[in-house]
Amino acid sequence: MSDHSLSTAFYFLLKRDLTLSIRRRAEAVNPLLFFVIVITLFPLGVGARPQLLQAIAPGVIWVAALLATMLSLDSMFRSDFEDGSLEQLLLSAHPVSVLVLAKVGAHWLVTGAPLMLVAPLLAALLGLPSQGMLTLLITLLLGTPVLSLIGAIGVALTVGLRRGGIILSLLVLPLYVPILIFASNAVELAATGISVTPQLSLLAALLALALTLAPLPTAAALRISLS
Amino acid sequence: MTIARVQTLTDINTDTKNLLGGDNLEAVGLSCVRDDRVLFEDLDFHLTNGQVLLLEGHNGSGKTSLLRILCGIRMSDAGSVRWNGEPIDILGADYYRWMIYVGHLDGIKLDLTVLENLEVSRSLGQASDLSLSAALAKVNLAGYEDLLGQSLSAGQRRRVALARLLVTVNRLWILDEPFTALDQSGITLFEQLMTQHTQNGGMIVLTSHHTVSLEHVEIHRIRLST
Repeated sequence: MSDHSLSTAFYFLLKRDLTLSIRRRAEAVNPLLFFVIVITLFPLGVGARPQLLQAIAPGVIWVAALLATMLSLDSMFRSDFEDGSLEQLLLSAHPVSVLVLAKVGAHWLVTGAPLMLVAPLLAALLGLPSQGMLTLLITLLLGTPVLSLIGAIGVALTVGLRRGGIILSLLVLPLYVPILIFASNAVELAATGISVTPQLSLLAALLALALTLAPLPTAAALRISLS
Repeated sequence: MTIARVQTLTDINTDTKNLLGGDNLEAVGLSCVRDDRVLFEDLDFHLTNGQVLLLEGHNGSGKTSLLRILCGIRMSDAGSVRWNGEPIDILGADYYRWMIYVGHLDGIKLDLTVLENLEVSRSLGQASDLSLSAALAKVNLAGYEDLLGQSLSAGQRRRVALARLLVTVNRLWILDEPFTALDQSGITLFEQLMTQHTQNGGMIVLTSHHTVSLEHVEIHRIRLST
């Protein structure tokens, strides 16, 4: 099989999932809406205490991003499983792990990437100092794809179960914790003007690891779910 | 007019004919157990180019399970499936390159157009020379290219699923009840396509509750009974 046809398959799969998200807009904006609502509720709940809000801003934004991603995970393979597209995917002439990467990529573009667009606005709402803004964006850029990649393994394992929601959270949440810690810590330190290169390097390393390692178990888990 | 078009499409298929030949699918001692019930045991068969295997049996006799084992989706409880002598679980993508499966589910996205659906299916296999619209014309869906999947009837969706068989290069068709939801003309049409495929050296494994009649093609039968 030539590389050319593999990239064609990758392209068409990515395009298909993006087209589907555009045609089912209401479903696709759900995570973003959740993200915005959770964060805007915090100032209302905590009250007008700028210093407290500023202190918890990195954590709040990252926890919301994490939960928004979790909320959207189930849709990654669900419809494919139900309409038989997943069988086609697994019986493809191409390496399944690469095709999985296309699906995860589409999931991130729809759920993770939009968070970066609204995050600066919400950060300003919480009073995060402007020197932390760039770091917030970088952590989201490095961290949210890892959330999608790790989540894909969990979804692939639970897609065959009728009520896999709780198991999925139990499987995936512990794996999300390191990203949450490093990312919110980086934003917090950057806001006070301290260099955060180590945290960002660690996040980048996690991304590189997830990008190369996660698709293989995802593909294997999908096979198990279908058999 | 229609006859002329079918003629040219046959020619396209004969071009790929040279590639075909010398393949075989072999099942050795296959067993399948489901919920402590033995569906079949020690099943052997051998299929080569131009042959059709029809699996028969009442509901729940394990026809679909056998097909899924032949696809490698399901693991057999004993025995192995070999493609040209190699076990399919070792071959992986090298087997899937030559095999295509149409199961109970059509694998059609309701929010995508017919053409978009077919485009993805084609990219997942080895693209054949047949254009997407020519394949749709072959299953009598010319003019439906830009319709969304949700506005198709069950029979039309089935036809789109069957068009997948034509847009990729493949030698082995594995079909689970391909005639479901098809009308009489659809069944006749699809029987013609199956005949053409076997005459070009392809092989087919299928289950069907309809009687299958293919001209000049000998159909081997396996009856599953528990």
